[in-house]
Amino acid sequence: MSLASNELRRAPGIAIGLGILISATLAPLIFDTYWISFILTQVLLLGVAAASLIFLSAYGGMVSLAQVALYGTAGFVLGNVVTTGNSKGLNLGWHPWLGVVLGIAIATAVGLIFGALASRSAGIYFLMITLTFAVIANLFFGQVTTFSGFGGISGVRTPGLIGEVDTHPNRLYYAALVVAVLVYAATKYLVRTPFGITLQGVRDDPVRMSSLGYNVPFHRMIAFGFAAFIASLGGVLFVWWNGHIDPASIDLSSTIDLLVICVIGGLYRLEGAWLGALVFVVINNYIRSVPGLGHIGLSEERFHTVIGVIFLVIILLSPGGLMGILGKGHELAGRLFPGRQVATSAAPAATSRRANGGPTP
Amino acid sequence: MSTAEAVTTQVRKQLVLTRVARYTPWILSGAAIVFALLWVLVLAQPCGDTGCTGTQTNFGSAVHDPQDFLATLLDGLTSAGVYFVVASGFTLIFGLMRVVNMAHGAFFLLGGYIALKLQRAFVGQDSAFGLLSSQVHFWQWLVPSLIAAVCIGILGLGMQQVFLRWNQGQELRQALITIAISIILADQMVAHFGAFAEDISWPGVLDRRLDLHVAGVHYTLTRLFILAVAVGIGLALWLWLKKTRTGMVIRAGVDDRQMVSALGVNIQLTFAIAFFVGSALAGFGGALGGSFASLGPGVDGNWLLYSLVVVIIGGMGSLGGAAVGALLLGLVSNFSSAYLPGNYTFYSIIFTFVLLAIVLAFRPLGLFGRPA
Repeated sequence: MSLASNELRRAPGIAIGLGILISATLAPLIFDTYWISFILTQVLLLGVAAASLIFLSAYGGMVSLAQVALYGTAGFVLGNVVTTGNSKGLNLGWHPWLGVVLGIAIATAVGLIFGALASRSAGIYFLMITLTFAVIANLFFGQVTTFSGFGGISGVRTPGLIGEVDTHPNRLYYAALVVAVLVYAATKYLVRTPFGITLQGVRDDPVRMSSLGYNVPFHRMIAFGFAAFIASLGGVLFVWWNGHIDPASIDLSSTIDLLVICVIGGLYRLEGAWLGALVFVVINNYIRSVPGLGHIGLSEERFHTVIGVIFLVIILLSPGGLMGILGKGHELAGRLFPGRQVATSAAPAATSRRANGGPTP
Repeated sequence: MSTAEAVTTQVRKQLVLTRVARYTPWILSGAAIVFALLWVLVLAQPCGDTGCTGTQTNFGSAVHDPQDFLATLLDGLTSAGVYFVVASGFTLIFGLMRVVNMAHGAFFLLGGYIALKLQRAFVGQDSAFGLLSSQVHFWQWLVPSLIAAVCIGILGLGMQQVFLRWNQGQELRQALITIAISIILADQMVAHFGAFAEDISWPGVLDRRLDLHVAGVHYTLTRLFILAVAVGIGLALWLWLKKTRTGMVIRAGVDDRQMVSALGVNIQLTFAIAFFVGSALAGFGGALGGSFASLGPGVDGNWLLYSLVVVIIGGMGSLGGAAVGALLLGLVSNFSSAYLPGNYTFYSIIFTFVLLAIVLAFRPLGLFGRPA
């Protein structure tokens, strides 16, 4: 197949991507302030955190549950560094941007340590070990009053560029959009570099890569560090958006929520991160308006039952999540109308193979 | 010096460096462990009357205060007992079926709630502050706990038959399914049992202190009872796995499922039995843990953490590993919160992480883990 036709096959995807980007840029003109400040900003920042999980799962074959803990670590460091005496924690009162840099650096370092410890395991073991890290991080910030304590840190200042979030919601929205686009582009670039290719080799067959002379644990560790970096960006955005961070923001339930977002969106496609976040946040906000739910004993407070059932249905029906369903629809369209040059990309095929157990450790 | 000699010295130097690099983690962790032991046994200084300063600890060293040392040791052993009961169910299911049952914590909590509600119904005098132990007979503790264990066993069996049986071997998908079920269960439990912490009452016969006649220690009988129950369950499981035919099939299944199946054994029946027993242990652990600590939202996550830490340390699928893992976790968590300097005891959670890190650094599959 020639290069030109390859480019042609990717054209619909690029068009859709550009369309989404343009509508996201124009969103403040279309939606009201509640949607921008509450729903869409939250979707973008949760999507960034979810992208760190999906990057590890799609390209490294590692489903990590420590991403919320790392995102929280960045948030807690930021909170400790920038607050000035009215809050729990160290209250260093340093410059907001210094807080951002320190938050990201420390969370990435913690991610590298976690990665080094977990890197010699894979698959289901990796899930369990990272879950343990997540719960320990949550207990740590809950118990150690030097850094946070139960009540958490409030009144986190944003830098002048972002300003007061309540008065200028669009600034934080655009900041989150820029970060999301950069994260998406950087991840897509990284997986095409020699490192990214090797990482995918490690995902598919760690034993073979190891016998070819690649250092498998090292590649996993670096990938984990990169994911921690992305997660910490999400954490910084979260603290700016929320103005407050407490151990409940990184508890087991939040950890599972991020996993739910990724599974709903699709664990094997990076785009799924934001799609899953959109579905999650919209359901969370509009569940009360769904008619008839009250009659079967489900109300707004039972949001987690609803999301749990959706999660269960998606795993049972499509392990690739919504992106997997879209991919299958695309494939089906290609089969029904073979005359149209529809891309039957390799991704869904790879997805189903990996979903069926994949390479066992 | 000739070239050959120069090369030899070079190679020797590199060999030494490699050796140093290889043994550094061993030496560092060894030194840390020796220091921790010395600290607890002789080095720790007790706090003064006016409060703790610097590195002074609440109790002082074991030599200085043998009574509190012994009490902490017993605390560690008895918490290890509950950890073992809960984690042994987890490891039994994982070892045989490679299913990581993330709903284990939710099963624990539900088992605890079932036992709690049954006990209140049996005793009949429900008050806002729970029951007094003097109102509760021994059978009013035991029967609810056993019924809770059977209920949770049936629930786990149902989950396995409906959701897990048909996607055997898809480990991640099965783990995600159990996570989904744990989300639904946890949310429904908040809806039905409320958001307040409650605990199951111990029977009056157990709720007293026993004079051990060693260093003047008076220790609660309930905790010793927990330890006895845990040892009993451990022995029963060991005998079941080693001496009975079902146990033999389970052990064979842990090693090679397909071969056992090919030999004409009904492996699905064995899976069902293991899932029933594993879940029932979570349910019984819930009754035990609900009497030992308390039941409430979020408790399921803590107990899932304990189970995970125990089996990651001990090696997944190994009963002996679960026992060793539970002992290490119980001792490390109790000693670190008792023997850290008085003003810093809240850092004790770090020691759970350090324990995990040390084990994983040397044995990525846990102390008794074997590759799948």
